[in-house]
Amino acid sequence: MRVTLLLPGTLRQHAGGAGRLDLELQPDPTLGIALDALVALYPALERRLRDEQGRLRRYVNLFVDGEECRRLAGPDTPLRDGTEIQIIPSIAGG
Amino acid sequence: MSGLMTSTALLMIGTRKGLWLARSRDGRASWELTGPHFSMTEVYSVAIDTRGRAPRLFAGVSSEWFGPNVMISDDLGESWGDTAAAPIAFPPGTDASLRRIWQVAPGPRDEPDLVYAGTEPSALFRSTDGGRGFELVRGLWDHPHRSEWQPGYGGQAIHTVVPHPGDPERITVAMSGGGVYRTADSGASWSAANVGIRAPFLPEGNQYPEYGQCVHKIAPCPVRSERFYAQNHHGVYRSDDGAERWVSIADGLPSDFGFPMVAHPRREGVIYNFPLKADAERFPPGGRCAVYRGTDAGASWEACTAGLPDDGFWTAVLRDAMCVDDAEQTGVYFGSRTGEVYGSRDEGDSWRQIAAHLPDVTCVRAAIL
Repeated sequence: MRVTLLLPGTLRQHAGGAGRLDLELQPDPTLGIALDALVALYPALERRLRDEQGRLRRYVNLFVDGEECRRLAGPDTPLRDGTEIQIIPSIAGG
Repeated sequence: MSGLMTSTALLMIGTRKGLWLARSRDGRASWELTGPHFSMTEVYSVAIDTRGRAPRLFAGVSSEWFGPNVMISDDLGESWGDTAAAPIAFPPGTDASLRRIWQVAPGPRDEPDLVYAGTEPSALFRSTDGGRGFELVRGLWDHPHRSEWQPGYGGQAIHTVVPHPGDPERITVAMSGGGVYRTADSGASWSAANVGIRAPFLPEGNQYPEYGQCVHKIAPCPVRSERFYAQNHHGVYRSDDGAERWVSIADGLPSDFGFPMVAHPRREGVIYNFPLKADAERFPPGGRCAVYRGTDAGASWEACTAGLPDDGFWTAVLRDAMCVDDAEQTGVYFGSRTGEVYGSRDEGDSWRQIAAHLPDVTCVRAAIL
């Protein structure tokens, strides 16, 4: 099955310049599995999306078909064929 | 000075919103700035490693969104790179995640691939590949005192790492809300080294604990390897026995509170400090901008103010925002929380402004290259 991942401008340099990536995944994937597949392709994204204990970075939002993952099941959020995952830096800084 | 006129003086200025580089090619008479590099990242640590064939620059950066990182430049800041894998990361089983890199410290001169990093949460990391990849020093992470180390206002961090210049097995570190610790076996075991340092935030009668002091900064004497200076959370100290014991050298300062402590690279007993009035009033005393210089290991102090603002200076200088360079007539530099950077070409006798309107300055380092 295929999911689409959209990267913000600030992260595209770590994905070969790509802003849109299609990932082929085994059936019944979760958001966490999709991220694992992403960072296998682009290792420099790992620490920018998750800390070393695998926790999602606090100020990085991941919208799964328009719903922020923390309102769903976080990294355990199930994905369907055609899911769009949008990574958007949240409100932070000053 | 003729050699200096043909060299480049480089001043790295880390701020809360990026890195600026100041370069002087006329003997530090004037400076050109570039920046921000790493826009919108906190730069809590910078280092200039001159041990190799070519200088290597380090910046410990942290993005609010994307986390911390170590950036490296081998072309004096023209370009920067990092590693695909996280250079510093807490291993599985620690249940910790890196918050900031507070210090990057090149190791002894005869071990050019050895680099240390002090972090938040309080941990020491060691690199043996020139600073590209680091490993946690478990001896300090697993220390039985850890559970009692407390965060200072800025966080719980190892902010100072001092490798012994001649003995690679000896390292001294300082942390907020923990104090000074040292090792003589390359980090396998550590002992607190705070005898004589007061913790004024503890009840009377308990103000000289074995550990838990909030030591703001320690500076080694480059000439006398067993001598250290310390700026504490109230209290300014010197040790002449490798941090075994500390004695107060605060007499003569307008206040014993402050953050930075810097030692001259060649003149024994010459040190620099920037006092603030008190922990509850973090302004220079009287709003007076003054770097205090001691020339006799802290037995006396003099205010160095020529060229500094004299119409009110209501800001602070953070623990790593003061440094010296390695020129024959040593330059001294500091940056303020209001984004001004000043430099002296004559060891503090006179000052001029190098930069203004920068973000909150967190760290500075300088070298003649």
